[in-house]
Amino acid sequence: MNNGSARIAGAIVTYGFVGLMAFLSIFPFVWMLLGATNSSIDIIKGKMLPGSALATNISTFFTQVNAPLVFWNSAKIAILATALTLAVSSLAGYGFEMFRSRRRDRIYSALLLTMMIPFAALMIPLFIMMGKVGLINTHLAVVLPSIGSAFVVFYFRQCTKAFPSELRDAAKVDGLKEWQIFLYIYVPVMRSTYAAAFIIVFMTAWNNYLWPLIVLQSNETKTITLVISSLASAYYPDYGVVMVGTILATLPTLAVFFFMQRQFVQGMLGSVK
Amino acid sequence: MALAHRGGIGRYYNINGWLFVAPALGLIALFMIYPILWSLWMSFQSGRGMMLKFAGFANIVRLWNDPVFIKALTNTMTYFVVQVPIMILLALILASLLNNPRLVGRGFFRTAIFLPCVTSLVAYSVLFKGMFALDGIVNSTLEAVGIIASPIPWLTHPFWAKVLVIIAITWRWTGYNMIFYLAAMQNIDKSIYEVARIDGVPAWARFTHITIPLLKPVILFTTVISTIGTIQLFDEVYNLTEGKGGPSNATLTLSLYIYNLTFRFMPNFGYAATVSYVIVVLVALLASLQFFAARERDR
Repeated sequence: MNNGSARIAGAIVTYGFVGLMAFLSIFPFVWMLLGATNSSIDIIKGKMLPGSALATNISTFFTQVNAPLVFWNSAKIAILATALTLAVSSLAGYGFEMFRSRRRDRIYSALLLTMMIPFAALMIPLFIMMGKVGLINTHLAVVLPSIGSAFVVFYFRQCTKAFPSELRDAAKVDGLKEWQIFLYIYVPVMRSTYAAAFIIVFMTAWNNYLWPLIVLQSNETKTITLVISSLASAYYPDYGVVMVGTILATLPTLAVFFFMQRQFVQGMLGSVK
Repeated sequence: MALAHRGGIGRYYNINGWLFVAPALGLIALFMIYPILWSLWMSFQSGRGMMLKFAGFANIVRLWNDPVFIKALTNTMTYFVVQVPIMILLALILASLLNNPRLVGRGFFRTAIFLPCVTSLVAYSVLFKGMFALDGIVNSTLEAVGIIASPIPWLTHPFWAKVLVIIAITWRWTGYNMIFYLAAMQNIDKSIYEVARIDGVPAWARFTHITIPLLKPVILFTTVISTIGTIQLFDEVYNLTEGKGGPSNATLTLSLYIYNLTFRFMPNFGYAATVSYVIVVLVALLASLQFFAARERDR
């Protein structure tokens, strides 16, 4: 085989492989969209053409599920958890980086180890704790344990390294207090860091499953993720309705991804670069 | 730093330092450190519900005589041993192919392969459960192409159910790992590849002798992250198998077993806490093993 045909063969293999992987990655999304337009039987039989059941599926979804309430629950939890996590973590990241001391550096190293703690080892004590203070079946019980996150603190500390210290020195000369420097200078300067962290924390909170499954026991408090899960685990799940649910649950994160792709990837990468 | 030790200003500096980090430290102490110590204490206790009494090592002895635990442990290890290497290798290959600036449409390919990362674990598990149904789209396609003669019982056969879980996790996380490698490849000097190419080093050798050694820190990082994630596997298995880990516990994971012990069967917090510490030990052990292995190879 001469050099030219070897190169062509290489290109065919490359494009074939990458193309196949891209196809397999996208296929479930296409299947989900088509599924929403078909009846449950057609979906399970693997029909890959648009059907006429979209209106039926949507109306069944809205009669089976109190959609506005479920979405409100998900949004409330995700927004509250994200706002508090960002506030607490950026304060800590700023504090660890700007006010270095040997003791705090040591605590910081220990803090990073908590990233390895598996949630399964926390859920029983957390459940008992929430029971004792009467927070079972409240959204507060979902939000509270998620605020303190070593990963997000780590992310903010790494990004704070790029914060120009001249800005801080100048503000000090102007007589600003430490909290004023943080609030009026650090926060606006670091907005792209906040944007990336927002996306990643919001997505985690929106998609959170195991802990809400444990603490949210009544239908009035359930989130969209819990609702899809219970729709799909019925003995004979109505897949058309399930598809409508998964589309609605995926839409917010999908929208964020397409409109803020750069920050999205930056947030995913954390501070590995 | 010198300022920190000079009287009044130093104290002001120090107090501010503590004030900034205090909320995060307090929350992590209350919702992570305290519970993790409590469940360690609990693992030495036994009893029903909240009526626990000290039992010494009884729970640990019980682990070894519990076939369901052994099954959950074996399954979890199988997922980890099979899935993580496949996914990391696949992500590395994809990243090095997509890093080639001459590849037409690589922006599209990147976005497409990354797309699974935006789905929730529950949503994609539900989709996979439908796609891999006995007469579902996957089986009918494989039959039409002629790869299989009769439908594969993805959800009801112990072996194929495990394969399905592995396929599902690989679908969800390969693109995630790929972007870490793509980001790291931006920092590799392109001329290294040019020189190697001119010297006639074949593509595969360039991949194993240049790309992989230079990416080692990132590969290590993603391997640790994936290990921690796989050992804690819950959402996917719960939603693919209606919360049972079936067929006949073939897909049961440690996390799902803990959930069942605590919230499905007659609650036994002490024993469940012991199982949860198996995960703690596994994660710590495997993560340090990977760091150690990477450091040894450096020498």
